[in-house]
Amino acid sequence: MDLWFNERHSTDVNFSIKVKEQLVHEVSQFQDVDIFYSEEFGKILVLDGYLMLTEKDEYIYHEMITHIPMATNPNIKNVLVIGAGDGGTVRELTRYQSIEHIDMVEIDEAVVRLCKQYIPTTACSLDDKRVTIYYEDGLKFVRDADPNEYDLIIVDSTDPFGVGEGLFTKEFYGNCYKALTDDGILVNQHESTFYTEYANSMKKAHSKIKKLFSTALVYQAHIPTYPSGHWLFGFASKKYDPRTNYNPDWWNSLGIKTRYYNTILHTGCFAIPNNVRDELRE
Amino acid sequence: MISFSKFSQSKTPLHEAMVKHKLNRVVRFDVPGHKGGRGNRELNDFLGINCLKADVNSMKPLDNLCHPVSVIKEAQELASQAFGSDNAFFMVNGATSCVQAMIMSTCKAGEKIIMPRNVHRSAINTIVVNGAVPIYVNPGTDKHLGIPLGMSVAEVEKAIIENPDAKAILVNNPTYYGICSDLKSIVELAHKHGMLVLVDEAHGTHFYFGDDMPISAMEAGADMAGVSVHKTGGSLTQSAILLCNNSVNSGYVRQIINLTQTTSASYLLMSSLDIARKNLALNGKDIFKKTIQFAEYARKEINKLGGYYAFANELCNGDTVYDFDRTKLSIYTRDIGLAGIEVYDILRDDYDIQIEFGDLGNILAIISAGDTALEIERLISALYEIKRLYSKDKSGMFDHEYINPDVVMTPQKAFYSNKVSIPLDECNNKICGEFVMCYPPGIPILAPGERITDEIIRYIQYAKEKGCSLTGARDTDTNYLDVVVV
Repeated sequence: MDLWFNERHSTDVNFSIKVKEQLVHEVSQFQDVDIFYSEEFGKILVLDGYLMLTEKDEYIYHEMITHIPMATNPNIKNVLVIGAGDGGTVRELTRYQSIEHIDMVEIDEAVVRLCKQYIPTTACSLDDKRVTIYYEDGLKFVRDADPNEYDLIIVDSTDPFGVGEGLFTKEFYGNCYKALTDDGILVNQHESTFYTEYANSMKKAHSKIKKLFSTALVYQAHIPTYPSGHWLFGFASKKYDPRTNYNPDWWNSLGIKTRYYNTILHTGCFAIPNNVRDELRE
Repeated sequence: MISFSKFSQSKTPLHEAMVKHKLNRVVRFDVPGHKGGRGNRELNDFLGINCLKADVNSMKPLDNLCHPVSVIKEAQELASQAFGSDNAFFMVNGATSCVQAMIMSTCKAGEKIIMPRNVHRSAINTIVVNGAVPIYVNPGTDKHLGIPLGMSVAEVEKAIIENPDAKAILVNNPTYYGICSDLKSIVELAHKHGMLVLVDEAHGTHFYFGDDMPISAMEAGADMAGVSVHKTGGSLTQSAILLCNNSVNSGYVRQIINLTQTTSASYLLMSSLDIARKNLALNGKDIFKKTIQFAEYARKEINKLGGYYAFANELCNGDTVYDFDRTKLSIYTRDIGLAGIEVYDILRDDYDIQIEFGDLGNILAIISAGDTALEIERLISALYEIKRLYSKDKSGMFDHEYINPDVVMTPQKAFYSNKVSIPLDECNNKICGEFVMCYPPGIPILAPGERITDEIIRYIQYAKEKGCSLTGARDTDTNYLDVVVV
């Protein structure tokens, strides 16, 4: 059988993975949820036709969205994760004994349920007793959050073209700022600069964050199944610069085994290419 | 609620005729000259080929709006059935053209028409053109919110008794803010005195289709009503429907409409009315149920934020606020120290959220079934952020919105008088020769023939300072006003 999953990366570019089997298709209240199995990539989660993760390279994304802020401030106790229904971000966070509480806010219950059923690789820690899952809109959740409630907010969202749209807005970042402690950190999925449509979202998001936080940087990772393979994350903080305020000795003493992140990469990933720097300056 | 056959309402005679015409692939040697889009590639790419192919001219199979005899006539009949009127006219110049047709069909030059002063500019514009004499009824004002309210039945009665020769009463119902008058009592009163009731129902399309809505003009027994279907009914911008009962002669109304109506009425607009009417008749209950749910949710959450006041039915006082249109999301902003127009500007410039309007004390967001819960949440969250980031001391803010006019001469006489242009701050005590209004909402601050006072001058200057867009005057910056030479 010659069955292929195809995602359009731009009007003129397609990205295809040969699919061995479609494990599930469900139309939730918010989006189409599909999980495929591929010989090359393992399980693949697709929302509204956009590839969210594959078992083969999800570790890159999930390690980079969590360990960078965690190695910056060892005193992080209360974490808010927005989106992240696949559970990969929570899996990485629960590896830290120092974290006391994780609130995860995912709008779509179907994503969590289906990932628990089909992709335990990422969903394995969602039942950790420190984790509370809320099924509601992330924007509303942060609006209702108390000021100074969280040490870290991770925005692990879809692209800003569907249900994730509200998580790329100024009102969302402003409400996050309010909900963060004085040494709070905001990390978000920041799209990429290679294709125009993604680049525009990235630039708009960055300029909104820059107006609110004293430190607003981007860092990069190489994720083969995301458009262009070059992906960015936003790091914003009221207090810390992750390039100088970080704790490699502490982090290495934890003995957390990672496949992508290390404490040398921690500073290196903030060394971004000129074209991205130019785009951010605009 | 009106009952009708769902079967007939599922038809769209004009739309169906246009589909059939398109399938016939008729060679085009008539206007429009773009010939189905082939003559203007860029426009075709921008609007889409279906849109340009549907942009046709009147012809035998597609009827003619100036003199409907077939598919437009049938479409209008279905509309009158759906709205519960004796007759209905498709209008292609918005509720403005409905207001023109209503006034001109019922009042001739020199004849009196009773209306509240907070009418839309289109009403006074019409009077400038046809020479009818306005008798203004002072709408009540909510001092706290600074908004004009509905018409008090007692005030209407007073105007009727003082002007027994008046031909008609024009009621704007609901107002932009969602305020409704006691339409049924006004109609009974007017009819008892032999006057017709015309309703500017531009913001009230949904009253005809939703459950638990304020009473509609036709249900209240009004003689004519203009409905901006494009506002809350889902048709294209500029399309509207004029509803008439048999108390006015429909042939005469058609003649009046044709005095000013284009002879090339857009089939895009007309077919959108046909399709919107079907959708409203078949799905209106669900559509407006969802709309009210969104609006009520937003009101509840916004009132929890503190500082803002999203008002609704609690304003009802049995008279000047007889009922409230709950689909409207009107929010009083002055308690956070910001004028509505300032919040309106911040929402657009900083948050990419466009709302309907902001005046000095309030903002208005239009809610419809086309909204999403996520976008409603964006509006609420942005208002919360604006309060957190921008709220300031509210003292020193202008707290007077409605200014009772001193009408010295009729709008027509003043508009066509000899006039001289003088600086705004020298206009005190002069008679205004033109309109001045904030747009939206488009309610005149000054109409031709009204005495200009210091209070009005200060109001205009304050509105300009706050960033309101002032329109109507010949001087586009409203630094000068045309005043009547006496």
